[in-house]
Amino acid sequence: MKFTLSWLKDHLETDKSLDEIVEALTMVGLEVESVDTRAQFNPFIIAKVLSAEKHPDADKLQVLSVDIGDGKPQQVVCGAPNARAGLVGAFAGPGTYVPGIDVTLSVGNIRGVESHGMMCSERELELSEDHDGIIDLPTDAPVGTRFADYAQLNDPVIEIGITPNRSDALGVRGIARDLEAAGIGMMKPLALPDIKGNGACPVEIDLSADGASEFCPAFGLRLVKGVKNGPSPKWMQQRLKAIGLRPISALVDITNYVTFDLGRPLHVFDADKVHGALRVRRGNGTEEFLALDGKPYKPTNDHFVIADDNGPESLAGIMGGEVSGCSDETVNVLVESALWEPLTIARTGRVLGINTDARYRFERGVDPSFMEAGLDIGTNWVLELCGGHASEAKIAGAVPKPSLIIDFPFSEIKRLTGIEVVTDRAIEILQRLGFGVSGAGDTVQVAVPSWRPDVFGKADLVEEVMRVNGINKIEPQPLPALDSVSKKILTTGQIRTRNARRSLASRGMLEAVTWSFIPEAHAKGFGGGAPELKLANPISAEMSDMRPSLLPGLLVAAQRNADYGVNDVALFEVNHIYHGDKPEDQKRVAGGIRRGTAKLDGSGRNWSGNSAPVTVYDAKADAIVALEACGLDTSKIQIETGGPDWFHPGRSGTFKLGPKITLGSFGEFHPMTLETLDVSGALCGFEIYLDAVPEPKRKATKTKTPLVLSSFQAVKRDFAFVMDKGQDAATLLRAASGADKKLISNVSVFDIFEGPSLGDDKKSVAIQVTLQPSDKTLTDEEIEAVSAKIIDNVAKSTGGVLRG
Amino acid sequence: MSDLKTLETEILGAIEAASDEAALEAVRVGAIGKKGSLSEQMKSLGKMSPEERQTMGPALNGLKVAVTDAIAARKDILKRAGIEARLKTETLDVTLPVRPSPSEVGRIHPISQVVDEITAIFSDMGFSIAEGPDIETDYYNFTALNFPEGHPAREMHDTFFLPPDANGERKVLRTHTSPVQIHTMEAQKPPIRIVIPGKTYRQDSDPTHTPMFHQLEGLVVDKTANVANMKWVLEEFCKTFFEVDQLNMRFRPSFFPFTEPSLEVDIQCDRSGNEVKFGEGTDWMEILGCGMVHPNVLRAGGLDPDEYQGFAWGIGIDRIAMLKYGMPDLRAFFDADARWISHYGFRPLDMPTLFGGLSS
Repeated sequence: MKFTLSWLKDHLETDKSLDEIVEALTMVGLEVESVDTRAQFNPFIIAKVLSAEKHPDADKLQVLSVDIGDGKPQQVVCGAPNARAGLVGAFAGPGTYVPGIDVTLSVGNIRGVESHGMMCSERELELSEDHDGIIDLPTDAPVGTRFADYAQLNDPVIEIGITPNRSDALGVRGIARDLEAAGIGMMKPLALPDIKGNGACPVEIDLSADGASEFCPAFGLRLVKGVKNGPSPKWMQQRLKAIGLRPISALVDITNYVTFDLGRPLHVFDADKVHGALRVRRGNGTEEFLALDGKPYKPTNDHFVIADDNGPESLAGIMGGEVSGCSDETVNVLVESALWEPLTIARTGRVLGINTDARYRFERGVDPSFMEAGLDIGTNWVLELCGGHASEAKIAGAVPKPSLIIDFPFSEIKRLTGIEVVTDRAIEILQRLGFGVSGAGDTVQVAVPSWRPDVFGKADLVEEVMRVNGINKIEPQPLPALDSVSKKILTTGQIRTRNARRSLASRGMLEAVTWSFIPEAHAKGFGGGAPELKLANPISAEMSDMRPSLLPGLLVAAQRNADYGVNDVALFEVNHIYHGDKPEDQKRVAGGIRRGTAKLDGSGRNWSGNSAPVTVYDAKADAIVALEACGLDTSKIQIETGGPDWFHPGRSGTFKLGPKITLGSFGEFHPMTLETLDVSGALCGFEIYLDAVPEPKRKATKTKTPLVLSSFQAVKRDFAFVMDKGQDAATLLRAASGADKKLISNVSVFDIFEGPSLGDDKKSVAIQVTLQPSDKTLTDEEIEAVSAKIIDNVAKSTGGVLRG
Repeated sequence: MSDLKTLETEILGAIEAASDEAALEAVRVGAIGKKGSLSEQMKSLGKMSPEERQTMGPALNGLKVAVTDAIAARKDILKRAGIEARLKTETLDVTLPVRPSPSEVGRIHPISQVVDEITAIFSDMGFSIAEGPDIETDYYNFTALNFPEGHPAREMHDTFFLPPDANGERKVLRTHTSPVQIHTMEAQKPPIRIVIPGKTYRQDSDPTHTPMFHQLEGLVVDKTANVANMKWVLEEFCKTFFEVDQLNMRFRPSFFPFTEPSLEVDIQCDRSGNEVKFGEGTDWMEILGCGMVHPNVLRAGGLDPDEYQGFAWGIGIDRIAMLKYGMPDLRAFFDADARWISHYGFRPLDMPTLFGGLSS
């Protein structure tokens, strides 16, 4: 909402400075977004041409001597045909920026004659398009003073942001009301014209159509006959231009002016182009309606129009029609002031994509009680600017009377804001804002004015008192402490998230935050793409589906990095994925990928040894760290070969906890998956479902189990087993450990060998078994017995035989 | 006796001349070995007269001690020289760069870091961290938060919609973290003190808006919490978060459907340079929205607005991260550009705490 300072002062008597007014506006909730002081017009001076001589070397130029009020006449070369001795106009000296021609003047030399500035045309000062001659002011214009003051060019333009609740401030008068309440001045009374109508308005208004009376509770209309339309007066044009509107003609400008002056949108029809009654009804979806924006619309059953015998003439409350619009030829005009139901206006405007100043106000709520006054004020402007004779007003329907009365205990102010406001002061604030206050004592009855559709209850009244009284008067008060020492506040999930992040980052990985939505093909490649997870209105096709996995986003990001030249990159993210649209389908996941040679120890070439391309084992190590970050004892988990479809079937694994719980998976990627994502390079990744890890059991005490150290020396024995290539290590390790669970404290794999000597389908796995006796030193026989058991167990479960 | 002197000179000279341990051993064997020159002399003691023995005994023994000591001393010198010589050959170029530690290379994203900072501050004020789903029903995202059906305020949210279900109901991507206010009130009796960091979504994409962003919601509900308390909490938070002693904040009236009264908060700052400086300057920068929880929202949460009251606020996490740490561009937060994360990210060991400082 824009307005000028002088416009505001039409409604508000005040001697406060612009700065004070701006500060007050912001502090009552009408946030000032910008102030244009229009200082660029200040250098222009009213000047009188003392003499005008023909230029010695040019037929169309004159050399003027110009009095700019300081007794030192300036020589100006001028080509305007109306330049003459005695003319009073607007002078710009050297150094002045002239907005209309976008030039900063300097001392010129025009065909051998020096020129110290220029006399300006209206176009040069952006007053109009007129460039036929220089400005020709009445001779009593004060020479030597600022032209901007004289012509009101330096009227500051203030722009405020209006929150959706404050429809009352969508007119200058409403803004003045808030300022008065804030002590910035006194409202000037609004003169309501007393229009003596000349006969009844001959055009009927029909609100009998389906839904019309709900959509349009009241409709006011006057006919003004014998008008002469033309440009509106300069002051009105200037104000409209200052707030960014284009003056069109007096009749149209009046409707815009009243809209911004009083927050009351009006519409004018050329009465000679309206045939029959004006009927408010639903659109039928087939009639095409050419609106004033020059575009055709087809209002449907959901939208209301004002139609005559020829069809829709106006999109009710939003925009008028081209056919019945007013032009310079208009002689008889119908002035409309009506009430429209806000939600229908909002929906219609949204669906048809029309934003107008009328829609903006009607959908936020226009003061119903001002409908008739608005009609009269609009009619009065027509009479004043265009002449003619007005009919009596015709009012269809009935203007609803404001009826909301709120019981307001003054204690609410202290309860909600913490500040005590003296009762008399609170009453004064409410009354100045137009609220009726009746009753006495601690609780009063407050009548809500018709222009405040946003006020419903006590809390709203507290806000009114608080914002006008001054929020900065409220001193901060500490929130009372609940505990002397804060307790743990994070949930298990939150702790896991934090731990997973910091553990993965400690492994040299970079934490990314990627979009929750990914392209459909990517979602489908990772088990997603369900219809209920597709956005109905995505920003782009690249952001269409809620992600079923963090991996596609990370893989694509890694490729982007590679495209920048960062080939070796390790990225992770701890965030949500979506397996459905219900809250429980949203899973907390830690996922990560490594690309190129981005291994734990570093990447690329190095004198100490080059990094190899990443493999499934790098992903596995990262995944285990994420599981450990969840507090899981990873010796308890099982690893199954193979994973979801997007992984390489022979180079991926799945973490399980018992048969039912899947904790996550890891691996190198399936070539088809990489193709779908259009990424390439050595890549591995993992995903761990943080919520799948069971909640840890609460322990009674924090005491750790006692440490028992054996005083007998541990014995280490190596075994190498030859077995089928497809045989997994986990089975071997389990078989070896199972040989004597008490005695065997550790089994580790220290070598894998494949070679022609073993046969193509065989491999040799070498393990080291640690035997830790607890009560006596082991004898050779005992060691032999355990060894035999190990060999036996391994043979039984893996088919492996001791390598000869 | 003069023979003895000669022998002494000879042996000690040989010890001194031994250039390695083998040569020294040869001298040792030659002198005090079984058949060594000195040992031979010692053997001859038995054949001497007691008088002779009385002089020669101590002399020979003294010489043996001297020789033994000299050998030990020489041996030590030779050993040291040997080690020194070996070490010389073992010299490595210590200026060769070693691989950086993974924990120095890894980075925490600024959003996670800032959430941790926020957590540190609010936990100290007795708040818990609450969460809620990204995919919400219209009820939780709008209706329960007092957005009337069809109200322009709904439209301003640029909502992402999911397809309508069998009942024609469309779920939405939450446009703010405020739905968690309702979830919390439904699940927990006052006093409530929570903050809600989370992802939020709006169908908006330009240089300063991303379709996904992060918000921090706060909610306090009890029987006394008021605007004055809210001002205190927000001032304390902003001062602590931005790590400045002095911060001028301006609370001015505004509008949000779910609060009444509603306020917006500006911070005084100097934006004349490349970075934003708080606590000085003449600019006011909008930083957050807040207000007293609207009676209809309390009702939607199952609370009687005449008995319970409270306040709520919302602040952009990405935005305060940018203000504090100077990232110029919001869009880069979601690009996963390794160069950006390495530069603007945080080391995994830089855990924000109040006792150790929020940032290093």
